[in-house]
Amino acid sequence: MERFIQVLVDGIATGSIYAAMALALVLIFRSTGVVNFAQGEMAMFSTFVAWGLYEAGVPLVLAALTTIGLSFLAGMVIERVLIRHFEGGEVLTLVIVTLGLFILLNSLAGWIWGFGNRGFPSLFSEEAITLGGVQLSVESLGIVAVLLGVVGLLFLLFQRTKVGLAMRAAALNPGSSALVGVRVGHMLMLGWGLAAALGALAGVLVAPRLFLDVNLMGAVLIYAFAAAALGGFDSAIGAVVGGWVIGVSENLAGTYVDFIGADLKILVPLGIIFVVLLVRPSGLFGTREVARA
Amino acid sequence: MSPRKRALLIAGLAAVAVAIPFLFGPYRVGQFTLVLVYAVAVLGLNLLVGYSGQISLGHGAFFALGAYTAALLIEKASVPYLLTVPAAGALCFAAGFLFGVPALRLHGLYLALVTLGLAIALPQLIKRFDGLTEGTQGLTVEQPTAPGWLPIADDQFLYLLCLAVTALMFLFAWNMMRGQLGRAVKAVRDGEIAASTLGVNLAATKTLVFAVSAGYAGVGGALYVFAIGFVAPEAFTLTISFAFLAAIVVGGLATISGALFGALFIEFVPVYASDVNVALTGVIYGGVLIAFMWVLPEGAAGLPRRLRGLAARRREREEAETATERPLTQREGVA
Repeated sequence: MERFIQVLVDGIATGSIYAAMALALVLIFRSTGVVNFAQGEMAMFSTFVAWGLYEAGVPLVLAALTTIGLSFLAGMVIERVLIRHFEGGEVLTLVIVTLGLFILLNSLAGWIWGFGNRGFPSLFSEEAITLGGVQLSVESLGIVAVLLGVVGLLFLLFQRTKVGLAMRAAALNPGSSALVGVRVGHMLMLGWGLAAALGALAGVLVAPRLFLDVNLMGAVLIYAFAAAALGGFDSAIGAVVGGWVIGVSENLAGTYVDFIGADLKILVPLGIIFVVLLVRPSGLFGTREVARA
Repeated sequence: MSPRKRALLIAGLAAVAVAIPFLFGPYRVGQFTLVLVYAVAVLGLNLLVGYSGQISLGHGAFFALGAYTAALLIEKASVPYLLTVPAAGALCFAAGFLFGVPALRLHGLYLALVTLGLAIALPQLIKRFDGLTEGTQGLTVEQPTAPGWLPIADDQFLYLLCLAVTALMFLFAWNMMRGQLGRAVKAVRDGEIAASTLGVNLAATKTLVFAVSAGYAGVGGALYVFAIGFVAPEAFTLTISFAFLAAIVVGGLATISGALFGALFIEFVPVYASDVNVALTGVIYGGVLIAFMWVLPEGAAGLPRRLRGLAARRREREEAETATERPLTQREGVA
């Protein structure tokens, strides 16, 4: 039983990281209708920057915060310079462009930092708290706390500020928003910036659990896709719940199903994506897509 | 292009293709053999992406499935190697069909997602079933050799064998895309609702073209085994799926001939790029995907048409300029 609870909590912690990535995907999908395949590689690149800052002697927390800020700016630049050119075009074109960005960032990171892997220090202490006979690591609890904090901030931003309102309006109906004076382009830039910052956060949180290398986010991206698909690609709450469900089921399957073990964990999100697509394509919380002739 | 010109061009291309193994050394011939191998898989992917507008990021997985099918049939079941080509194609066709049934009924984005997952998961799966696949060690496969009555070397025979299969696959694709399936596929791409009101079964058409496309990748995989004589999970990572995608974008979406350009690109670019830096190939692939989408969405195969278009526009502009040299009063009359 204790082991079960530990697995559960670890699952929620990993799931929180997936949730952060899924939130990033949802942010971009909601505002621009693009599934950003480069999201994971942008996060990986950010994590390398954080690592570089840390190696240069910057305290870890400061390095992480600086990186998140830089990623925010970089995300805005990517939207303005690259994505804007293709917006409103065909889905296929945008998929290919974000994939190009995926490959480009992956290789550039390899060029700059090499293809080897390295350890990444954790933001949290390595201690564990014992609660009723169950050992819970401070790291796991910290990750969950950070995610909840971020979700709270995003909620405030979107529901309680004028910028948030404008962002929602721009996503819902760009044409009408522009007519009432919302700078739609700026809102899209902001959406990409926020997504890139979230990705950087996810990268810094996940890197200590894996090793930092250019393929850091490959699997994480698939988990995040599964989380977003499960929750519904246009639902923020769905992304968080989806992330947790994916994290927990991945950990449970990896621990208790012998056939799956550590190697085949990646099949869990794939299976979940498949089932969701078959049973409920709009996801748990997503808006159902209705096509009219 | 007139039919006569086209026939001449194809005849010329065929002559060059047949002459290649007799003009170069074994190493180069091996490279050109791989170009043919890739061309089949790239053509398959182009049937899907270019003609039907669906996107697969996991064709490396079907390529791998075909390769392992051929390798296992040859090594473990001693099947004659020529039979493994249709076997690999048929198995991948079936796999693509099963895979496509759920994924294709939905938005194209989901197909991209699921296939990306497949490409990431497949190497792990190969390693997991190491009893059959020998895991990371890989499988060494005996390559086809030239029969005694043919006075050519093994590498030349291998090349010509791949050329024959590739030519057949190209012909088949060309015929298919001119026929009923091709028209249905293009109709679905250009307007799903319009196509369905004309009686095209959307799900069936998409699934079928996905299955055909996966079958092509499988045939490519089987040929890959002939050409390399070795399969290992490391050969079938995401990189190969991305390379195929880069190839169709460079060669040109929805062109049959573009697959050849694309295959040349992904065979020779890594060879030269890795001399500079191992990461350069990826930088080029990524950059090329973005740059082509930006300036030349039709790919290299569309370049002549694009140039003709530019020349025509320039002529128009010159004519327009001469027109403006007329006196002001006349111009007002025109406007």
